[in-house]
Amino acid sequence: MLIKQADELHPSEITPENVYLNRRTFIRIASAAGIGLASSAVFPHLLDSQDRWPQGKKGPYDVSEEVNKFKDITTYNNFYEFGVDKGDPAENSGSFHPKPWTVHIEGEIKKPATYNLDDILKLSKIEDRIYRHRCVEGWSMVIPWRGFPLADLIKRVEPTSKAKYVTFETIYRPEEMPGQKRSVLEWPYVEGLRMDEARHPLTLLAVGLYGKDLLNQNGAPLRLVVPWKYGFKSIKSIVRIKFVEKEPQTTWNLLAPNEYGFYSNVNPDVDHPRWSQKTERRIGDFLKRKTLMFNGYGDLVSGMYTGMDLKKNF
Amino acid sequence: MRILKLLIFLLALVPVALLAWRAMAGELSANPIKDITEETGIWTLRFILLTLTITPLRKISGWAPLARFRRMIGLFAFFYGSLHFVTYIYLDQFFVLDEILRDVVKRPFITVGFAAFVTMIPLALTSPNRVAKWMGGKRWRLLHRLVYFTALGGVIHYLWLVKADTQRPLMYGGILVMLLAYRLWDYVRSHRIAEKSHSRIEANPA
Repeated sequence: MLIKQADELHPSEITPENVYLNRRTFIRIASAAGIGLASSAVFPHLLDSQDRWPQGKKGPYDVSEEVNKFKDITTYNNFYEFGVDKGDPAENSGSFHPKPWTVHIEGEIKKPATYNLDDILKLSKIEDRIYRHRCVEGWSMVIPWRGFPLADLIKRVEPTSKAKYVTFETIYRPEEMPGQKRSVLEWPYVEGLRMDEARHPLTLLAVGLYGKDLLNQNGAPLRLVVPWKYGFKSIKSIVRIKFVEKEPQTTWNLLAPNEYGFYSNVNPDVDHPRWSQKTERRIGDFLKRKTLMFNGYGDLVSGMYTGMDLKKNF
Repeated sequence: MRILKLLIFLLALVPVALLAWRAMAGELSANPIKDITEETGIWTLRFILLTLTITPLRKISGWAPLARFRRMIGLFAFFYGSLHFVTYIYLDQFFVLDEILRDVVKRPFITVGFAAFVTMIPLALTSPNRVAKWMGGKRWRLLHRLVYFTALGGVIHYLWLVKADTQRPLMYGGILVMLLAYRLWDYVRSHRIAEKSHSRIEANPA
Protein backbone atom coordinates (compact mmCIF):
# COMPACT_ATOMS: atom_id res chain seq x y z
CA MET A 1 0.00 0.00 0.00
CA LEU A 2 1.44 3.35 -1.00
CA ILE A 3 1.06 6.12 1.54
CA LYS A 4 0.56 9.32 -0.46
CA GLN A 5 3.11 12.03 0.27
CA ALA A 6 1.96 15.56 1.03
CA ASP A 7 4.29 16.99 -1.64
CA GLU A 8 4.78 14.88 -4.76
CA LEU A 9 7.50 15.62 -7.27
CA HIS A 10 6.82 15.53 -10.97
CA PRO A 11 9.19 13.30 -12.92
CA SER A 12 9.99 16.28 -15.20
CA GLU A 13 11.61 18.06 -12.26
CA ILE A 14 14.20 15.34 -11.80
CA THR A 15 17.60 16.05 -13.29
CA PRO A 16 20.46 13.58 -12.91
CA GLU A 17 22.91 16.15 -11.48
CA ASN A 18 20.45 16.98 -8.70
CA VAL A 19 19.86 13.44 -7.71
CA TYR A 20 22.47 13.40 -4.98
CA LEU A 21 22.01 10.41 -2.79
CA ASN A 22 20.43 12.18 0.14
CA ARG A 23 18.41 9.34 1.59
CA ARG A 24 15.10 11.08 2.00
CA THR A 25 15.30 12.91 -1.30
CA PHE A 26 16.06 9.63 -3.06
CA ILE A 27 13.03 7.99 -1.47
CA ARG A 28 10.76 10.88 -2.35
CA ILE A 29 11.90 10.92 -5.97
CA ALA A 30 11.63 7.18 -6.28
CA SER A 31 8.10 7.08 -4.95
CA ALA A 32 7.05 9.94 -7.21
CA ALA A 33 8.15 7.81 -10.11
CA GLY A 34 5.94 5.08 -8.66
CA ILE A 35 8.71 2.74 -7.71
CA GLY A 36 8.85 3.55 -4.01
CA LEU A 37 8.17 0.03 -2.89
CA ALA A 38 10.44 -1.48 -5.52
CA SER A 39 13.33 0.75 -4.51
CA SER A 40 12.92 -0.12 -0.87
CA ALA A 41 13.29 -3.73 -1.91
CA VAL A 42 16.26 -3.07 -4.18
CA PHE A 43 18.02 -0.70 -1.76
CA PRO A 44 16.80 -1.88 1.66
CA HIS A 45 19.95 -0.76 3.39
CA LEU A 46 19.17 2.85 2.58
CA LEU A 47 15.95 2.72 4.61
CA ASP A 48 17.35 0.54 7.38
CA SER A 49 20.39 2.71 7.97
CA GLN A 50 18.22 5.79 8.27
CA ASP A 51 18.19 5.74 12.04
CA ARG A 52 17.46 9.43 12.54
CA TRP A 53 14.43 11.24 11.19
CA PRO A 54 15.51 14.79 10.35
CA GLN A 55 15.15 17.05 13.37
CA GLY A 56 13.32 20.30 13.27
CA LYS A 57 9.84 21.75 13.26
CA LYS A 58 8.15 21.49 9.93
CA GLY A 59 4.55 21.96 10.90
CA PRO A 60 2.77 23.85 13.68
CA TYR A 61 2.30 20.67 15.71
CA ASP A 62 5.87 19.39 15.49
CA VAL A 63 8.35 19.58 18.35
CA SER A 64 11.91 20.59 17.68
CA GLU A 65 13.62 18.11 20.03
CA GLU A 66 15.79 15.32 18.69
CA VAL A 67 13.78 12.44 17.26
CA ASN A 68 14.50 9.01 18.74
CA LYS A 69 16.17 6.30 16.72
CA PHE A 70 13.97 4.03 14.63
CA LYS A 71 15.53 1.04 16.35
CA ASP A 72 14.55 2.29 19.80
CA ILE A 73 11.02 3.25 18.77
CA THR A 74 10.45 -0.19 17.29
CA THR A 75 12.10 -2.38 19.95
CA TYR A 76 11.13 -0.69 23.21
CA ASN A 77 7.38 -1.07 23.44
CA ASN A 78 4.55 -1.61 25.87
CA PHE A 79 2.04 -3.75 23.99
CA TYR A 80 0.94 -6.42 26.44
CA GLU A 81 -1.02 -8.22 23.71
CA PHE A 82 2.40 -9.51 22.66
CA GLY A 83 3.97 -9.94 26.10
CA VAL A 84 4.78 -7.74 29.06
CA ASP A 85 8.48 -7.15 28.55
CA LYS A 86 9.69 -4.22 26.47
CA GLY A 87 11.31 -6.42 23.86
CA ASP A 88 8.35 -8.81 23.59
CA PRO A 89 6.23 -6.90 21.04
CA ALA A 90 9.10 -6.77 18.52
CA GLU A 91 9.95 -10.43 19.19
CA ASN A 92 6.47 -11.90 19.34
CA SER A 93 4.47 -9.95 16.76
CA GLY A 94 5.97 -11.64 13.73
CA SER A 95 2.92 -13.77 13.01
CA PHE A 96 0.42 -10.93 13.34
CA HIS A 97 -1.31 -10.02 10.06
CA PRO A 98 -2.33 -6.37 9.92
CA LYS A 99 -3.85 -6.79 6.49
CA PRO A 100 -6.62 -7.14 5.49
CA TRP A 101 -8.07 -4.87 8.16
CA THR A 102 -11.52 -3.54 8.84
CA VAL A 103 -12.74 -0.92 11.32
CA HIS A 104 -16.33 -0.72 12.54
CA ILE A 105 -17.35 2.88 13.01
CA GLU A 106 -20.63 3.00 14.92
CA GLY A 107 -22.71 4.48 17.70
CA GLU A 108 -24.17 7.96 17.85
CA ILE A 109 -23.36 8.91 14.25
CA LYS A 110 -25.44 9.45 11.13
CA LYS A 111 -23.53 6.92 9.01
CA PRO A 112 -22.37 3.85 10.92
CA ALA A 113 -20.39 1.56 8.63
CA THR A 114 -17.58 -0.91 8.33
CA TYR A 115 -14.51 0.54 6.65
CA ASN A 116 -11.50 -1.24 5.31
CA LEU A 117 -8.12 0.36 5.80
CA ASP A 118 -7.89 1.87 2.32
CA ASP A 119 -11.25 3.60 2.81
CA ILE A 120 -10.03 5.11 6.04
CA LEU A 121 -6.89 6.43 4.42
CA LYS A 122 -9.02 8.17 1.81
CA LEU A 123 -10.78 10.21 4.50
CA SER A 124 -8.01 12.79 4.75
CA LYS A 125 -4.53 13.88 3.71
CA ILE A 126 -1.70 11.92 5.34
CA GLU A 127 0.96 14.00 7.02
CA ASP A 128 4.05 13.59 9.20
CA ARG A 129 4.01 14.88 12.78
CA ILE A 130 6.90 14.89 15.24
CA TYR A 131 5.35 14.33 18.68
CA ARG A 132 6.52 13.72 22.22
CA HIS A 133 5.36 10.42 23.68
CA ARG A 134 5.34 10.05 27.46
CA CYS A 135 4.78 6.68 29.10
CA VAL A 136 3.13 6.59 32.50
CA GLU A 137 6.11 4.55 33.70
CA GLY A 138 8.38 7.58 33.43
CA TRP A 139 10.19 7.32 30.10
CA SER A 140 9.56 9.25 26.92
CA MET A 141 10.45 9.44 23.26
CA VAL A 142 10.07 11.80 20.31
CA ILE A 143 8.39 10.02 17.43
CA PRO A 144 7.74 11.07 13.81
CA TRP A 145 4.24 9.72 13.30
CA ARG A 146 2.50 9.53 9.95
CA GLY A 147 -1.28 9.81 9.86
CA PHE A 148 -4.19 12.20 9.76
CA PRO A 149 -6.27 14.08 12.33
CA LEU A 150 -9.02 12.03 13.94
CA ALA A 151 -11.11 15.19 13.57
CA ASP A 152 -11.30 14.57 9.82
CA LEU A 153 -12.78 11.12 10.36
CA ILE A 154 -15.22 12.49 12.91
CA LYS A 155 -16.40 15.15 10.50
CA ARG A 156 -17.07 12.56 7.81
CA VAL A 157 -19.13 10.23 9.99
CA GLU A 158 -21.34 13.04 11.31
CA PRO A 159 -21.84 12.42 15.02
CA THR A 160 -25.25 13.27 16.49
CA SER A 161 -25.76 15.56 19.46
CA LYS A 162 -25.76 12.50 21.70
CA ALA A 163 -22.13 11.77 20.90
CA LYS A 164 -20.19 13.04 23.91
CA TYR A 165 -17.30 10.55 23.88
CA VAL A 166 -15.43 8.40 21.39
CA THR A 167 -14.38 4.90 22.34
CA PHE A 168 -11.78 2.69 20.68
CA GLU A 169 -11.19 -1.03 20.77
CA THR A 170 -8.11 -3.09 19.92
CA ILE A 171 -8.41 -6.34 18.00
CA TYR A 172 -8.79 -9.54 19.97
CA ARG A 173 -6.79 -12.24 18.19
CA PRO A 174 -5.02 -14.48 20.73
CA GLU A 175 -3.81 -16.88 18.02
CA GLU A 176 -1.58 -14.11 16.69
CA MET A 177 -1.19 -12.10 19.89
CA PRO A 178 0.22 -14.53 22.46
CA GLY A 179 -0.03 -12.07 25.34
CA GLN A 180 -3.81 -12.19 25.06
CA LYS A 181 -3.78 -15.80 26.17
CA ARG A 182 -3.21 -14.49 29.71
CA SER A 183 -5.53 -12.06 31.45
CA VAL A 184 -2.83 -9.69 32.59
CA LEU A 185 -5.23 -7.02 31.31
CA GLU A 186 -8.85 -7.50 30.31
CA TRP A 187 -9.05 -8.08 26.57
CA PRO A 188 -9.88 -6.52 24.20
CA TYR A 189 -8.05 -3.32 25.15
CA VAL A 190 -10.37 -0.32 25.19
CA GLU A 191 -9.82 3.42 25.43
CA GLY A 192 -11.78 6.62 25.06
CA LEU A 193 -11.65 10.36 24.65
CA ARG A 194 -14.02 13.22 25.30
CA MET A 195 -15.39 14.64 22.03
CA ASP A 196 -13.38 17.86 22.24
CA GLU A 197 -10.20 15.85 22.90
CA ALA A 198 -11.03 13.59 19.94
CA ARG A 199 -11.64 16.56 17.68
CA HIS A 200 -8.48 18.36 18.77
CA PRO A 201 -6.06 19.00 15.88
CA LEU A 202 -3.27 17.22 17.76
CA THR A 203 -5.19 13.93 18.00
CA LEU A 204 -3.94 11.68 15.25
CA LEU A 205 -4.96 8.41 13.68
CA ALA A 206 -1.54 7.05 12.76
CA VAL A 207 -0.74 4.52 10.05
CA GLY A 208 3.01 4.90 10.02
CA LEU A 209 6.13 6.26 11.59
CA TYR A 210 9.54 7.18 10.18
CA GLY A 211 7.92 7.40 6.79
CA LYS A 212 6.95 3.73 6.77
CA ASP A 213 3.88 1.70 7.61
CA LEU A 214 3.49 0.90 11.28
CA LEU A 215 5.28 -2.24 12.37
CA ASN A 216 3.19 -4.74 14.31
CA GLN A 217 4.83 -3.81 17.61
CA ASN A 218 3.80 -0.17 17.16
CA GLY A 219 0.13 -0.94 16.66
CA ALA A 220 -0.24 -1.84 12.99
CA PRO A 221 -2.06 -0.98 10.90
CA LEU A 222 -3.98 1.81 12.65
CA ARG A 223 -3.53 3.42 16.04
CA LEU A 224 -4.36 6.54 18.00
CA VAL A 225 -1.84 9.17 19.07
CA VAL A 226 -2.82 11.61 21.83
CA PRO A 227 0.49 13.26 22.70
CA TRP A 228 -0.58 15.27 25.77
CA LYS A 229 -1.75 12.17 27.59
CA TYR A 230 0.14 9.17 28.93
CA GLY A 231 1.02 6.68 26.23
CA PHE A 232 -1.46 3.99 27.24
CA LYS A 233 -4.28 6.25 25.97
CA SER A 234 -2.81 5.96 22.46
CA ILE A 235 -4.56 2.69 21.72
CA LYS A 236 -3.09 0.41 19.08
CA SER A 237 -4.43 -1.88 16.30
CA ILE A 238 -7.90 -0.33 16.33
CA VAL A 239 -10.90 -2.33 15.04
CA ARG A 240 -13.78 -0.34 16.46
CA ILE A 241 -14.52 3.34 16.90
CA LYS A 242 -17.82 3.97 18.68
CA PHE A 243 -19.45 7.27 19.58
CA VAL A 244 -21.21 7.19 22.94
CA GLU A 245 -23.05 9.35 25.41
CA LYS A 246 -21.44 8.38 28.71
CA GLU A 247 -17.81 8.41 29.80
CA PRO A 248 -16.51 4.99 28.76
CA GLN A 249 -14.53 2.36 30.63
CA THR A 250 -10.86 2.15 29.81
CA THR A 251 -8.64 -0.90 30.30
CA TRP A 252 -6.02 0.47 32.70
CA ASN A 253 -8.70 2.20 34.73
CA LEU A 254 -10.50 -1.13 35.03
CA LEU A 255 -7.32 -2.73 36.34
CA ALA A 256 -6.40 -0.04 38.86
CA PRO A 257 -8.93 2.80 39.12
CA ASN A 258 -6.90 4.72 41.69
CA GLU A 259 -3.79 4.66 39.47
CA TYR A 260 -5.04 5.25 35.91
CA GLY A 261 -7.78 7.78 35.32
CA PHE A 262 -9.91 8.49 32.29
CA TYR A 263 -8.11 11.70 31.43
CA SER A 264 -4.50 10.68 32.24
CA ASN A 265 -3.14 14.00 31.09
CA VAL A 266 0.61 14.23 31.53
CA ASN A 267 0.97 16.21 34.75
CA PRO A 268 4.13 16.56 36.85
CA ASP A 269 2.03 17.76 39.78
CA VAL A 270 -0.11 14.65 39.98
CA ASP A 271 1.95 11.64 40.94
CA HIS A 272 1.08 8.06 40.25
CA PRO A 273 0.18 6.58 43.66
CA ARG A 274 3.31 4.44 43.57
CA TRP A 275 5.85 6.66 41.82
CA SER A 276 6.54 10.30 41.05
CA GLN A 277 5.68 11.91 37.70
CA LYS A 278 7.90 14.92 38.20
CA THR A 279 10.70 13.69 35.98
CA GLU A 280 11.13 11.36 33.05
CA ARG A 281 13.92 9.58 31.25
CA ARG A 282 14.03 10.55 27.56
CA ILE A 283 15.20 7.41 25.84
CA GLY A 284 18.75 8.03 24.66
CA ASP A 285 19.53 10.57 27.39
CA PHE A 286 21.65 9.81 30.41
CA LEU A 287 20.22 12.50 32.68
CA LYS A 288 16.56 12.69 33.52
CA ARG A 289 14.49 15.70 32.56
CA LYS A 290 11.59 17.56 34.13
CA THR A 291 8.19 16.39 32.94
CA LEU A 292 6.19 19.13 31.26
CA MET A 293 2.55 19.93 31.99
CA PHE A 294 0.42 18.29 29.29
CA ASN A 295 3.68 16.89 27.92
CA GLY A 296 4.59 20.35 26.67
CA TYR A 297 1.36 20.85 24.71
CA GLY A 298 -0.21 23.10 27.34
CA ASP A 299 -0.83 26.12 25.14
CA LEU A 300 -2.63 23.91 22.64
CA VAL A 301 -4.73 21.83 25.03
CA SER A 302 -5.05 23.43 28.47
CA GLY A 303 -8.14 25.30 27.30
CA MET A 304 -10.08 22.03 27.30
CA TYR A 305 -9.49 21.64 31.03
CA THR A 306 -9.98 25.11 32.53
CA GLY A 307 -11.89 24.89 35.74
CA MET A 308 -11.29 21.15 36.06
CA ASP A 309 -9.64 19.81 39.18
CA LEU A 310 -6.83 17.87 37.53
CA LYS A 311 -6.00 16.01 40.75
CA LYS A 312 -9.52 14.62 40.94
CA ASN A 313 -9.84 14.11 37.21
CA PHE A 314 -6.47 12.50 36.81
CA MET B 1 36.20 -28.37 48.43
CA ARG B 2 38.20 -25.26 47.69
CA ILE B 3 37.82 -25.85 43.98
CA LEU B 4 34.07 -26.21 44.39
CA LYS B 5 33.95 -22.97 46.34
CA LEU B 6 35.96 -21.21 43.64
CA LEU B 7 33.66 -22.60 40.98
CA ILE B 8 30.58 -21.34 42.75
CA PHE B 9 32.25 -17.98 43.33
CA LEU B 10 32.92 -17.64 39.61
CA LEU B 11 29.43 -18.82 38.70
CA ALA B 12 27.93 -16.22 41.01
CA LEU B 13 29.82 -13.52 39.13
CA VAL B 14 28.37 -14.57 35.77
CA PRO B 15 25.19 -12.44 35.99
CA VAL B 16 27.10 -9.21 36.59
CA ALA B 17 29.73 -10.14 34.01
CA LEU B 18 27.04 -10.80 31.41
CA LEU B 19 25.30 -7.56 32.28
CA ALA B 20 28.52 -5.56 31.93
CA TRP B 21 29.30 -7.24 28.64
CA ARG B 22 25.84 -6.57 27.23
CA ALA B 23 26.03 -2.96 28.39
CA MET B 24 29.35 -2.37 26.69
CA ALA B 25 28.29 -4.20 23.52
CA GLY B 26 25.22 -2.00 23.28
CA GLU B 27 22.98 -5.03 23.68
CA LEU B 28 20.79 -3.60 26.40
CA SER B 29 17.45 -2.10 25.48
CA ALA B 30 16.73 1.51 24.61
CA ASN B 31 16.57 2.14 28.35
CA PRO B 32 19.83 0.63 29.63
CA ILE B 33 19.63 2.15 33.11
CA LYS B 34 16.26 0.49 33.63
CA ASP B 35 17.71 -2.82 32.42
CA ILE B 36 20.65 -2.59 34.83
CA THR B 37 18.31 -1.72 37.70
CA GLU B 38 16.02 -4.65 36.91
CA GLU B 39 18.80 -7.19 36.33
CA THR B 40 20.68 -6.36 39.52
CA GLY B 41 17.40 -6.35 41.40
CA ILE B 42 16.20 -9.74 40.24
CA TRP B 43 19.58 -11.33 40.98
CA THR B 44 19.53 -9.85 44.47
CA LEU B 45 16.22 -11.58 45.08
CA ARG B 46 17.44 -14.82 43.52
CA PHE B 47 20.56 -14.92 45.69
CA ILE B 48 18.55 -14.15 48.81
CA LEU B 49 16.26 -17.07 48.05
CA LEU B 50 19.24 -19.27 47.15
CA THR B 51 20.75 -18.50 50.54
CA LEU B 52 17.52 -19.64 52.17
CA THR B 53 17.58 -22.85 50.13
CA ILE B 54 20.87 -24.07 51.52
CA THR B 55 19.72 -25.19 54.95
CA PRO B 56 16.69 -27.15 53.67
CA LEU B 57 18.90 -28.74 51.00
CA ARG B 58 21.48 -29.66 53.60
CA LYS B 59 18.93 -31.24 55.90
CA ILE B 60 17.15 -33.13 53.15
CA SER B 61 20.28 -34.37 51.41
CA GLY B 62 22.27 -34.87 54.59
CA TRP B 63 25.27 -33.34 52.84
CA ALA B 64 26.69 -31.17 55.63
CA PRO B 65 29.38 -29.34 53.59
CA LEU B 66 26.59 -27.38 51.89
CA ALA B 67 26.58 -25.11 54.92
CA ARG B 68 29.97 -23.76 53.95
CA PHE B 69 28.52 -22.11 50.85
CA ARG B 70 25.80 -20.23 52.65
CA ARG B 71 27.93 -17.29 53.65
CA MET B 72 29.30 -16.79 50.16
CA ILE B 73 25.87 -16.96 48.54
CA GLY B 74 24.53 -14.57 51.16
CA LEU B 75 27.32 -12.11 50.52
CA PHE B 76 26.59 -12.28 46.82
CA ALA B 77 23.02 -11.32 47.61
CA PHE B 78 24.44 -8.32 49.40
CA PHE B 79 26.75 -7.65 46.44
CA TYR B 80 23.91 -7.58 43.92
CA GLY B 81 21.77 -5.64 46.37
CA SER B 82 24.48 -3.01 46.65
CA LEU B 83 24.77 -2.81 42.86
CA HIS B 84 21.01 -2.39 42.63
CA PHE B 85 21.02 0.27 45.33
CA VAL B 86 23.93 2.21 43.79
CA THR B 87 22.27 2.03 40.36
CA TYR B 88 19.19 3.60 41.88
CA ILE B 89 20.87 6.40 43.84
CA TYR B 90 23.38 7.20 41.12
CA LEU B 91 22.05 6.42 37.66
CA ASP B 92 18.44 7.07 38.54
CA GLN B 93 18.63 9.85 41.09
CA PHE B 94 22.14 11.24 40.52
CA PHE B 95 22.86 11.36 44.24
CA VAL B 96 20.26 14.08 44.79
CA LEU B 97 19.71 13.34 48.46
CA ASP B 98 16.40 15.08 49.05
CA GLU B 99 14.84 13.41 45.99
CA ILE B 100 16.04 10.05 47.29
CA LEU B 101 14.73 10.71 50.78
CA ARG B 102 11.40 11.84 49.38
CA ASP B 103 11.16 8.64 47.37
CA VAL B 104 12.04 6.49 50.37
CA VAL B 105 9.41 8.17 52.49
CA LYS B 106 6.62 8.58 49.95
CA ARG B 107 6.93 5.56 47.66
CA PRO B 108 5.99 2.38 49.52
CA PHE B 109 7.82 0.09 47.15
CA ILE B 110 11.02 2.08 47.64
CA THR B 111 10.49 2.24 51.40
CA VAL B 112 10.27 -1.51 51.65
CA GLY B 113 13.11 -2.05 49.16
CA PHE B 114 15.35 0.30 51.06
CA ALA B 115 14.44 -1.35 54.35
CA ALA B 116 15.21 -4.78 52.90
CA PHE B 117 18.60 -3.55 51.75
CA VAL B 118 19.32 -2.06 55.16
CA THR B 119 18.64 -5.42 56.83
CA MET B 120 21.40 -6.94 54.70
CA ILE B 121 24.04 -4.57 56.07
CA PRO B 122 24.40 -6.02 59.59
CA LEU B 123 24.29 -9.50 58.07
CA ALA B 124 27.17 -8.68 55.75
CA LEU B 125 29.14 -6.96 58.53
CA THR B 126 28.79 -9.93 60.89
CA SER B 127 29.64 -12.55 58.28
CA PRO B 128 33.37 -13.02 59.08
CA ASN B 129 34.23 -15.92 61.42
CA ARG B 130 35.99 -13.63 63.87
CA VAL B 131 32.94 -11.43 64.28
CA ALA B 132 30.64 -14.41 64.65
CA LYS B 133 32.88 -15.79 67.38
CA TRP B 134 32.97 -12.49 69.19
CA MET B 135 29.18 -12.30 69.02
CA GLY B 136 28.63 -15.81 70.17
CA GLY B 137 26.60 -18.39 68.26
CA LYS B 138 23.29 -17.66 69.91
CA ARG B 139 23.32 -13.91 69.26
CA TRP B 140 24.67 -14.41 65.76
CA ARG B 141 21.91 -16.84 64.86
CA LEU B 142 19.29 -14.49 66.26
CA LEU B 143 20.63 -11.55 64.25
CA HIS B 144 20.74 -13.58 61.09
CA ARG B 145 17.06 -14.35 61.34
CA LEU B 146 16.82 -10.86 59.79
CA VAL B 147 17.27 -12.57 56.43
CA TYR B 148 13.60 -13.61 56.57
CA PHE B 149 12.67 -9.94 56.59
CA THR B 150 15.14 -9.26 53.80
CA ALA B 151 13.47 -11.90 51.66
CA LEU B 152 9.96 -10.77 52.51
CA GLY B 153 10.89 -7.14 51.85
CA GLY B 154 12.43 -8.08 48.51
CA VAL B 155 9.32 -9.90 47.33
CA ILE B 156 6.98 -7.10 48.44
CA HIS B 157 9.26 -4.51 46.81
CA TYR B 158 8.96 -6.41 43.54
CA LEU B 159 5.21 -6.91 43.88
CA TRP B 160 4.58 -3.23 44.59
CA LEU B 161 6.54 -1.92 41.60
CA VAL B 162 5.02 -3.95 38.75
CA LYS B 163 2.24 -2.24 36.82
CA ALA B 164 -0.01 -5.14 36.02
CA ASP B 165 1.85 -8.42 35.74
CA THR B 166 2.00 -9.80 39.27
CA GLN B 167 2.80 -13.30 38.04
CA ARG B 168 6.56 -13.07 38.49
CA PRO B 169 6.70 -11.45 41.92
CA LEU B 170 4.03 -13.85 43.16
CA MET B 171 6.10 -16.74 41.85
CA TYR B 172 9.09 -15.61 43.92
CA GLY B 173 6.72 -15.11 46.81
CA GLY B 174 5.55 -18.68 46.38
CA ILE B 175 9.12 -19.94 46.52
CA LEU B 176 9.71 -17.93 49.69
CA VAL B 177 6.57 -19.34 51.25
CA MET B 178 7.77 -22.88 50.53
CA LEU B 179 11.20 -22.18 52.01
CA LEU B 180 9.65 -20.71 55.15
CA ALA B 181 7.07 -23.50 55.35
CA TYR B 182 9.89 -26.05 55.34
CA ARG B 183 11.57 -24.27 58.23
CA LEU B 184 8.33 -24.12 60.16
CA TRP B 185 7.69 -27.83 59.61
CA ASP B 186 11.27 -28.64 60.55
CA TYR B 187 11.00 -26.58 63.74
CA VAL B 188 7.73 -28.19 64.77
CA ARG B 189 9.10 -31.63 64.04
CA SER B 190 12.31 -31.18 66.01
CA HIS B 191 10.35 -29.56 68.83
CA ARG B 192 8.10 -32.64 69.05
CA ILE B 193 11.14 -34.96 69.08
CA ALA B 194 12.65 -32.92 71.89
CA GLU B 195 9.37 -33.14 73.80
CA LYS B 196 9.18 -36.89 73.35
CA SER B 197 12.73 -37.46 74.60
CA HIS B 198 12.07 -35.17 77.60
CA SER B 199 8.95 -37.04 78.57
CA ARG B 200 10.78 -40.35 78.24
CA ILE B 201 13.53 -39.12 80.56
CA GLU B 202 10.92 -37.91 83.06
CA ALA B 203 9.15 -41.27 82.98
CA ASN B 204 12.44 -43.10 83.51
CA PRO B 205 14.57 -40.86 85.68
CA ALA B 206 17.13 -43.60 86.10
